[in-house]
Amino acid sequence: MQQIFLFLYRLRAFILFLILELLALGIIFTHNSPQGAVYFNSSNKFTGRLLSSKNNIVSYFTLNSTNKALAEKNASLLNRLDKMTTISDSAYFNLDSSFSNHFNFWSARVINNSINLSQNYITLNKGSLDGVEEGMGVFNEQGIVGRVKGTSSHFSSVISLLHTDLLISSKIKKSEVFGSTKWDGVNSNEAKLLYVPRHVKVEPGLEIVTSGYNAVFPEGLPIGKVKDVSQGSETNYLDITISLGADFSKLNFVYLVKNDLREEIDSLEMEMVTPNQ
Amino acid sequence: MTTVKILKYSLSFFIYFLVQVFILKDLVLFGYAFSFLYVFFLLNLPHEVPTIPLLLIGFFLGLLIDLFYDSFGIHAASTVFLAFVRNTWIKVIMPTGGYDDNVPPTLLNMGIGWYIFYSLPLILIHHFIFFYIDSLGTQLYLPLVIRVLSSLVFTFLLGTIVQAIFYKKERVV
Repeated sequence: MQQIFLFLYRLRAFILFLILELLALGIIFTHNSPQGAVYFNSSNKFTGRLLSSKNNIVSYFTLNSTNKALAEKNASLLNRLDKMTTISDSAYFNLDSSFSNHFNFWSARVINNSINLSQNYITLNKGSLDGVEEGMGVFNEQGIVGRVKGTSSHFSSVISLLHTDLLISSKIKKSEVFGSTKWDGVNSNEAKLLYVPRHVKVEPGLEIVTSGYNAVFPEGLPIGKVKDVSQGSETNYLDITISLGADFSKLNFVYLVKNDLREEIDSLEMEMVTPNQ
Repeated sequence: MTTVKILKYSLSFFIYFLVQVFILKDLVLFGYAFSFLYVFFLLNLPHEVPTIPLLLIGFFLGLLIDLFYDSFGIHAASTVFLAFVRNTWIKVIMPTGGYDDNVPPTLLNMGIGWYIFYSLPLILIHHFIFFYIDSLGTQLYLPLVIRVLSSLVFTFLLGTIVQAIFYKKERVV
C-alpha cells in the first residue's frame, strides 16, 4: 500500500497535469456542442464589464463609419415606411396581424469580437434582462452576423457567422434557389453557399439573402453577393463563393431578431420528423 | 522566494494578462500572425519554481485569457502543457556548470542563443496545440501551419522586444 502511495506521490506533477488538461479539454468539448451551458465565455459579469468599458473607449475611433452606416439604414427604413403607409383614397384591406408582425427587433452593441480563429464568437451588451434569448438571430444593416448562443443577465454571447459550424438557410434573391451559407474558415470576407444543384445558373454578382425557412431570420435579409462559381468536387452541387456583406472587422451596432412563432414552427416540424409512436 | 519577488511576479502576471486581452487580442497581422505574449510570463518564472505551482498558474492564466478570447479552455489546455514540459526542458538544456540560483531564465540573464533554444520549441508546442484544437472539425491544414509559424515568429519578436525594454539583467557577475 505504502508503495502505491509513494508511487503516486512521485507522479503527482504528472497526475495534476492530466487532471488540468482533461478539465480544459472537457470545457472545450462541452462548449462545442451546439446547445451547451455557457460558463467560460466573455458574457459573464466580470468579463462583460471590463470589455464594455474598453469598448466605450475604442468605439470613438469608428464613430464616423458607424454613423454613416446608421444613417444609411435610417434612409432605407424611411423608404420602406413610405411604401407601407396607406393612402387614404385607396381601398385598404387589413391583414391578420398575427402573421404580419411576429418578429421583434432589438439593437445591441458589440463589445468583443474575433475574426481570425476558426471558431469565432461575439459578445453583445444586451442580456436576458433585456429580453435576449438563446437562438435569436443577429444582423446589421450590411448582412447577417450570427446567432445567440447563450446569455447572462446583462450580456450575451453570439456564434459569429465566422464559425465553421454555423449554417444559415439562404437563397439566391433573383432565382429563389435555396442553399446554406457556411464559413469555410479561410477568409473573414468570404463564405460558401452550399447545396445549390448543378443545373442552376449562378452568375457572380447575384445577391444572397436569408430564406426565412429556419425561422430564425425573417426572409430577405442580405447576406452577401456571389463572387465566384465553379464546378465543385462534389458531384451534385456547385462550389459557390460569396463575399459577405457585413464587415466583421468593424462590427459595432447590431440588431437582434426574435421570431415569436419559432417554437410553434419548430415543434410542428419535430412532429413531422418523428411520427407518433 | 521573498515577498517582494512574489509581489513583483503577481504584478507582472496582471500586466501580461491585461496587455494580452486588451491590446494584443485585436492585433493580428495579415489575419494569421497572432501574438500570445503571455507565454513569456510562464517562461520567465524562476527555474526553481516546481512543476505543480507552475501547472496551477498556467491553468489559471489560460482560463483567464480564454474568458476574453471566447475560446473556452483552448488557451488553458495549451498553457498547461507548456507549464508541464517547461521544467523538464530547462533541465535538458542545462549549460555546463548549471544555473545560478535567483537568476530567472530571461533573455538578458541567459543570452540570446540559449534563450532562442529555450523558448522557441516551447512556444511552438503551445501555438501548435492552440491552433490545432481551434481548427478541429475543419480540413484546413495549410492555414494551420501558416498560423502556427507566423504566430511563433510574431510572439517571439514581441517577447524579445518587451524583455529588452522592460527587463533588467539580474545575473551576479
